[in-house]
Amino acid sequence: MAVEPDLKIELGKQGVFVTTLNELYNWGRRNSVWPMQFGLACCAIEMIATTMARYDLARFGAEVFRPSPRQADLMIISGTVTKKMAPQVVRLYNQMAEPRYVIAMGACAISGGPFKQGYNVLKGIDRYIPVDVHIPGCPPRPEALIHAFMTLQKRIEEQPLTGENRPRHLDADAQGLFPVPEPGAHDLVPPVNRLVWPLPAPKPDATEKQG
Amino acid sequence: MKTAEEILAAIKTALPEAKVELVQNPSVSGQHSLVVAPEDGLAVAVFLRDDSELALDFCSNATGVDWLDKETTEKVKATEVVDGEEKVIEKTVKHIQPGYLESVYHLYSMRQKHGPVIFRMRTANRTDQVELPSMTPVWRSCEFQEREIFDLFGIVFKGHPDLRRILMWDEFEDHPMRRDYVDPDDYEYEPTPHDEVLKRAQEHQAQQNEAKQAAEVTQ
Repeated sequence: MAVEPDLKIELGKQGVFVTTLNELYNWGRRNSVWPMQFGLACCAIEMIATTMARYDLARFGAEVFRPSPRQADLMIISGTVTKKMAPQVVRLYNQMAEPRYVIAMGACAISGGPFKQGYNVLKGIDRYIPVDVHIPGCPPRPEALIHAFMTLQKRIEEQPLTGENRPRHLDADAQGLFPVPEPGAHDLVPPVNRLVWPLPAPKPDATEKQG
Repeated sequence: MKTAEEILAAIKTALPEAKVELVQNPSVSGQHSLVVAPEDGLAVAVFLRDDSELALDFCSNATGVDWLDKETTEKVKATEVVDGEEKVIEKTVKHIQPGYLESVYHLYSMRQKHGPVIFRMRTANRTDQVELPSMTPVWRSCEFQEREIFDLFGIVFKGHPDLRRILMWDEFEDHPMRRDYVDPDDYEYEPTPHDEVLKRAQEHQAQQNEAKQAAEVTQ
């Protein structure tokens, strides 16, 4: 249950700080998202630029890029995912602790991009793992990655702690392990994780909340 | 640097037994190439590398080409007896030139500062006799590139120290750069379909729709 913003400001003027556990919890989480340190292709160069002094992703709480999936909250798929690399990407995602988020950065990561009709490139990483934010571009500028990061923060802020739409890490029954595709004779087996792709249609009440 | 004809003559004098042909390149670049029979490949390569005047000590590039069966039609005039009369009848005769796989090497000389010399070998056919001698013992730089040719074209290099797939995974069975490679039937929304992709995407969609209709009928 949210506090009314007007009431909150009025109470703030009186020196009373009011919040909810939900807000406090999400405030902490959204300001300490640690990305995983790995790059796949040319988008990784833009991702590195985003973390450096000029763009400085650390301002948003993404302070350090963790070299281990166990210590990371956010996976930035920065670049082309080849079919040979896809099982390793899914495995890394499985190794991350909940709550975890994924940003698919660039045309290749979201759909295969210019290599879509090729024999060796996965047509978008969202075929195997759920993606929270997609960024188009080839490669996207650092500003686009910052925008995606802020979008992700907004989404974390809106996450309820209870109820039907609660995130996976608060749902004891939720499936956290995503099947790793096997290399097959002609293609990856299976070519698509049907539980993730095509994306399930959003529930009517969920769309209303966002709008 | 010697012209391709002079190199051919040098090979002929040094190795009179070797079967080498010159393939002219009619374009402006005029990069003529030497086609060597696979059994003489190693001997010719060693000669090209060790000859003091040529000294082609660096293989810059190795790649493959897939040549499909070539069908040529020829018009032949023949006299035939039709109804007791001799007539000249034109017939079209079809010739099928069998296809083959080819490996191409671009050779340079670091010592003499010249190049490239193009060196090619052809397999007997495209299906079962796809073996060629490996040039890795002659030029070390061929190792990974020959692995790539093996991976994408399926040419088996005899004498290669470590012939495994290099780009695709080991379980993969096809050779994607061959002309008759059929990629997996996996089409979704294609942003700019054209030619082959458009055709296959439409076929895929038609199949999907049929399957959907069939499912609706059974329900």
